[in-house]
Amino acid sequence: MKCRRCKAPAVIDIRRHNAAFCRDCFLHHCKEQVKKAIDEFKMFGPDDNILVAVSGGKDSLALWHILSELGYRADGLYIGLGIGDYSDESGVRTRAFAQAHGYTLVEVSLPSDYGYDIPTAASRTNRAPCSSCGLSKRHLFNKAALDGGYDVLATGHNLDDEAAVLLGNVLHWEPGYLGRQYPVLPAADGFAKKVKPLVKMGEREMAAYCVLLDIDYQVEECPMAEGNRHLGYKEVLNSLEQRSPGAKAAFLSSFFSRGHDHFKDAAHVEKGELNSCDECGSPTTGTRCAFCALRNRVISETPVSIGRKD
Amino acid sequence: MKVILRNPRREIEIQGPMVADSLLRRLEINPETVLIICNGTLVPRDTRFSDDDEIELRPVISGGAL
Ligand code: SF4
Ligand SMILES: [Zn+2]
Ligand SMILES: [Zn+2]
Repeated sequence: MKCRRCKAPAVIDIRRHNAAFCRDCFLHHCKEQVKKAIDEFKMFGPDDNILVAVSGGKDSLALWHILSELGYRADGLYIGLGIGDYSDESGVRTRAFAQAHGYTLVEVSLPSDYGYDIPTAASRTNRAPCSSCGLSKRHLFNKAALDGGYDVLATGHNLDDEAAVLLGNVLHWEPGYLGRQYPVLPAADGFAKKVKPLVKMGEREMAAYCVLLDIDYQVEECPMAEGNRHLGYKEVLNSLEQRSPGAKAAFLSSFFSRGHDHFKDAAHVEKGELNSCDECGSPTTGTRCAFCALRNRVISETPVSIGRKD
Repeated sequence: MKVILRNPRREIEIQGPMVADSLLRRLEINPETVLIICNGTLVPRDTRFSDDDEIELRPVISGGAL
């Protein structure tokens, strides 16, 4: 195969674009697609301070790299989740990556700063690990963005992630979730602005980006991901994609352009009146936010874990 | 040729030469879900492997809370 842009030998083919690229043209293509998403959805401008949520995986490290290469001011935020070797390794990789590129990394540790870890939260509650984990991460990302005075929080959700979430939201017809599923969520009282600049990039392209630049990302999966329902949705979407290349991208982009508007109001209605959490001040519909409720429940049953190191 | 698979990491021996596309079909791997890395270099689907190549089929699908 030959590169679509320069006719040199290709290193990767992308069926949905019906194209193959050489190394340099592929890296250029990735930056172009991210730039396009940033502009199309008015995510942020050149003077904004961006906080990138980084996990040590391919998507977040590539996102951090691309934003920096495009000239944006982007710091990283890493959250230690206390998931055994997986967390230890992803922390080491993230720190090494930040140091090698001279990027600023902010760190928060669930075990040392909040007294619990994800495996404990999973076993002490009736929640699936990813549910406690997602809830904790969303809360801490938001808090770090607000406390640090950042203009916007960027996450590494890619096209495959978003298409899988969309499929889930459609299968259950969740109007509120559909109303909130968009590459940009504006800032609101107590909520930082959130953006997903990789929304036009396939998961496979992000891995290729890292491989071509020797970015040492965490290839091993989180041990708690197994059986996660989004993995099942990705499998379904990928078999569809194999039969009809471009299906995933069309599903997602036509939702953004033609479907999302119809659910916008549902997002507002479901949110309801907001108060401040008694403990941490975060917005909540009750008296205590979901994060503090989870944490209280976990640490009240596991006093030994308080202050435990990562 | 030696074929390295991940999650969990394992190695298998397959008789070459063979084109990348046929290898994926033979192992029933959806090309959307992996990168093809031959002797440490990323390669496209039409690459012809010889018997002494070392090939990694690296999965690219991540799970978790989205
Ligand atoms: S797979 Fe689940 S438990 Fe593991 S890091 Fe992702 S969200 Fe957390
Ligand atoms: Zn080229
Ligand atoms: Zn709270």
